[in-house]
Amino acid sequence: MPLVETNSLQKTYCLGESEVHALNKVSVKIEAGEFVAVMGPSGSGKSTFMNVIGCLDEPTGGRYLLDGIDVSKMDRDALAQIRNKKIGFVFQGFNLLSRTTALENVEVPMLYNNTPPRERRNKARQALKALGLEGREHHHPNQLSGGQQQRVAIARALVNEAPLLLADEPTGNLDTKTSIEIMELFVRLNEENKITIVLVTHEPDIARFSKRIIRFLDGEVISDEVAVR
Amino acid sequence: MISIPSTFKISLRALRVNKMRSALTMLGIIIGVGAVITMIAVGKGTSEQVSKQIATVGSNMIIVLPGSTTAGGVRGGMGTQMTLTRDDAEAIERECSAVLYAAPILSGVAQIVYGNQNWATSVQGTATNMLAVRDLSLTAGRNFTDQDIRNSTKVCILGQTVVNMLFGGMEPINQTVRIKKVPFMVIGVLESKGQSVIGRDQDDVIYIPLTTAQKRIFGTTFPGMVHTIAVKARSAEDLSRAEEQITQLLRQRHRIGPKQEDDFSVRNLTQMLELAQQAAKAMALLLAAIASISLLVGGIGIMNIMLVSVTERTREIGIRMAVGAKTWDIRLQFIIEAITLSLIGGMIGIILGIIASQLLSYFAGLTTIISPLAVILAVGFSGLVGVFFGFYPAYKASLLNPIDALRYE
Repeated sequence: MPLVETNSLQKTYCLGESEVHALNKVSVKIEAGEFVAVMGPSGSGKSTFMNVIGCLDEPTGGRYLLDGIDVSKMDRDALAQIRNKKIGFVFQGFNLLSRTTALENVEVPMLYNNTPPRERRNKARQALKALGLEGREHHHPNQLSGGQQQRVAIARALVNEAPLLLADEPTGNLDTKTSIEIMELFVRLNEENKITIVLVTHEPDIARFSKRIIRFLDGEVISDEVAVR
Repeated sequence: MISIPSTFKISLRALRVNKMRSALTMLGIIIGVGAVITMIAVGKGTSEQVSKQIATVGSNMIIVLPGSTTAGGVRGGMGTQMTLTRDDAEAIERECSAVLYAAPILSGVAQIVYGNQNWATSVQGTATNMLAVRDLSLTAGRNFTDQDIRNSTKVCILGQTVVNMLFGGMEPINQTVRIKKVPFMVIGVLESKGQSVIGRDQDDVIYIPLTTAQKRIFGTTFPGMVHTIAVKARSAEDLSRAEEQITQLLRQRHRIGPKQEDDFSVRNLTQMLELAQQAAKAMALLLAAIASISLLVGGIGIMNIMLVSVTERTREIGIRMAVGAKTWDIRLQFIIEAITLSLIGGMIGIILGIIASQLLSYFAGLTTIISPLAVILAVGFSGLVGVFFGFYPAYKASLLNPIDALRYE
């Protein structure tokens, strides 16, 4: 059973009179353990695709099965629960809570699934440690470098042991050296922890770290191929 | 669902981040709650004071006054013609079912002498039931007896002020004082009643048997003449019935035809005081209402700040939603934040209100009573203000689209 399976996924926006197809009959299967890069120019629908498979956005047509469950007709709160359990997000702008320590940032997802405070703290500590952020637990985001901030965000994405990690241009705000570090981290998480990663990028150098590249153009998948390293 | 303690922690942190803003927002609630508590305290104090005055006059009191003279079309004032008698008082007590006691009074001012001290005071000739009518009690000695009245004994009961003026620290019982040079033996001392509604010292009085007053001190223009009759009705409900019965009885006794005016008038003292009490209550209500408006304004301040806060933290809301916050997780966060603001404000407001009431009673001489109910009400109300005015911003926050919220700059 694929982890992500979409059948003629449709997302249509109405802009006044005209309809815009952000996604047009997108059918994609992603098996557990894959490392997929989604590429395409801006406006190609890759971000919409990410939002839909990340359960942040609802498709206007078609079906989306996440881990075998049809989530396309679920309500807001059910989707929130799915996001909490099954999906970890990493964003270009890190999206950490400011004025909140690294440790507390990692704890946030566990606030919403009734993890007891002590367990929350321990898990967050371990997640940070696994990403080499030991000793930075009580730093605020603005006291951390971009790479460190992104690693806090990755720790947050992983802390609920979600099987699917969605990264939207995770290296967009980082320099080349840090970008490579982060990408190597993703590779390691994919290979060692068997985490399925879907990554949106427009940089071929970044996409090359993945195992499969899906290209979007005008809301449609135009190519789906194995990546060459 | 997120746990309340965690939400509370998040709220406290958010409030700490904007200390100045939180403090100013709270100020609205502080002033509101403080004003409500102070105003209720003042209102309650005032009406309590009126109640106390009612108690000092004697409850369920009716006064019967003689009427006016009419001579050649010139009408004298009330009480210019003596029309009441001791028999009238006895008839009222005997025949009016709504009346408990009726005490005849013949009064005047006279100089009292004891040893080398003297004092001018109100001397009231009355019957044995006077103490019962006016809810008076004795601290020492005894009341008159029917025999005293019958025999016109020269005995007297002194008010506290008179005792202080004539006797200093000495024991007055069985001493002899002179009223208009007539010697009287002191048989009783009244318990202090303090000032009346109009500020008259109710302890500056001497009671003597009515018959003694009539024969020895004031004299009468016709047999059995009295100045007033003090009546005690059976209960507050019986007051107006008693009034009617007295009027009817006296008209009959004085042989007043259906078209003639009364030669007496019946005054309901308690009713007058009750009106005063109603006025005091109305004022208390008004004060509380005005204070509540400031609490309302404080609540609107909270709503305003919460709306700003929601807009400012759109991205935070987006992040929380992305990692799994449900609709009510977000709502609860902002509602609890608003409640925290209003409850802390409420607590400070209570302290401030209590201090303000104390200052008012100390400097302005107002009687203030801080009731626990008002305090509980204020806390409850400020909490409600938090829920009520926090809900709309929280609702707004929970409806944000996570994608848009995450992109919000």
